[in-house]
Amino acid sequence: MAKISLIVNGNPVTANVDPRTLLVQFLRENLRLTGTHVGCDTSQCGACVVHVDGKAVKSCTTLAVMADGHEVKTIEGLAADGAPLHPMQEAFREHHGLQCGFCTPGMIMTAIDIVHRKGNELDDHTIREELEGNLCRCTGYQNIVASISAGAKAMAKSDLA
Amino acid sequence: MYEFKYYRPGTVRQAANLLVKNEDAKVIAGGHTLIPVMKQRLASPPHLVDLSHIERLNTIEMKGRSLVIGATAKHAEVATSAIVGEAIPALANLAGGIGDPAVRHKGTIGGSLANNDPTADYPAAVLALGATIVTNKRRLKAEEYFQGLFSTALEADEIITKVMFPLPKKAAYVKFRNQASRYALVGVFVARRPSDVRVAVTGAGSEGVFRVTAFEEALKKRFAAKALDGIEVPAEGLNSDIHGSAEYRAHLIGVLTRRAVDAANAKE
Repeated sequence: MAKISLIVNGNPVTANVDPRTLLVQFLRENLRLTGTHVGCDTSQCGACVVHVDGKAVKSCTTLAVMADGHEVKTIEGLAADGAPLHPMQEAFREHHGLQCGFCTPGMIMTAIDIVHRKGNELDDHTIREELEGNLCRCTGYQNIVASISAGAKAMAKSDLA
Repeated sequence: MYEFKYYRPGTVRQAANLLVKNEDAKVIAGGHTLIPVMKQRLASPPHLVDLSHIERLNTIEMKGRSLVIGATAKHAEVATSAIVGEAIPALANLAGGIGDPAVRHKGTIGGSLANNDPTADYPAAVLALGATIVTNKRRLKAEEYFQGLFSTALEADEIITKVMFPLPKKAAYVKFRNQASRYALVGVFVARRPSDVRVAVTGAGSEGVFRVTAFEEALKKRFAAKALDGIEVPAEGLNSDIHGSAEYRAHLIGVLTRRAVDAANAKE
């Protein structure tokens, strides 16, 4: 077992884990943060995207031990319980950027990462290029792109990053 | 995934010692090749040595006339580095096209080169630019470094520390992606160097990355797509699978080389 200490959604977490534990397993099974999904489990679909030190990564392809000493943010960490949604979440609701919803947490975490890297004014082509690593099996991309475009703009006016 | 012991050394020397001490130990940095392979149980190293916390192993800098990239520099760092963008824009462009944004936040240049996947992008750049692979033990020329499918000249306790790229006069990388996997079905890196021209191909060769000398000689005489008229790439020795026949890949090499030459010339 290996002892790890990290920050998850702003809270310090310490745990003993088997080194082969994936970050997504650790989040879901140890911390019960089940908003992060396992889709393909082969680093292609992006349902497991979380932020590590502010950058989007696929938590199914990261070992929990590799996150030791780092800061992790999951979909649960975007807005406090009962508080208004993060503007990107709100945009997905407003523009119906989801059908079955399975890919949504990864889509939203990736979308926020796109805004951090590319700014608040995103054209559709850029959004589609940047969604290379996120798959929606309902093929609901049209509204996902519309949601990200609107969410990116809304983030400029929000305190929530 | 099978069980393993995990180590996080603070220096390259400590990492090398761990490799000497633990037989069959594997080095991990971004983990974006090794972890998927371990999940499929195609690899089951009993020891993992994580390089990702070794300081200054990801430095990107100019040293004399060479661009030097540290082994744990991530694809996203290479893609967005102002130093790389100034020195060899084709290399920044290549790094920005690997995998997807999340993969680029983790995957490293050293990992890509140590793995030498026959469809990886970086080997084409290293071979075409005539880069030198620097390890904890020695310096390896690109030509001697790549030794076939997933094979390199690296010894069991050898760790890549940096890659030195001499600056080309012009260069460009063009890849044709497999529509499903998005890996390079064929990728061609063309470099017009001060003394010669090199054309390196990834994705197509059954023995991994290789050079097309017939193209190189023609382009050395005249660096224009037209110079390649009438020169065919033989299909022999190329991969043939459900994604494309060897003949198709041979054809693509010609098409992509011409596009790469045009792109390199357009950057003036």
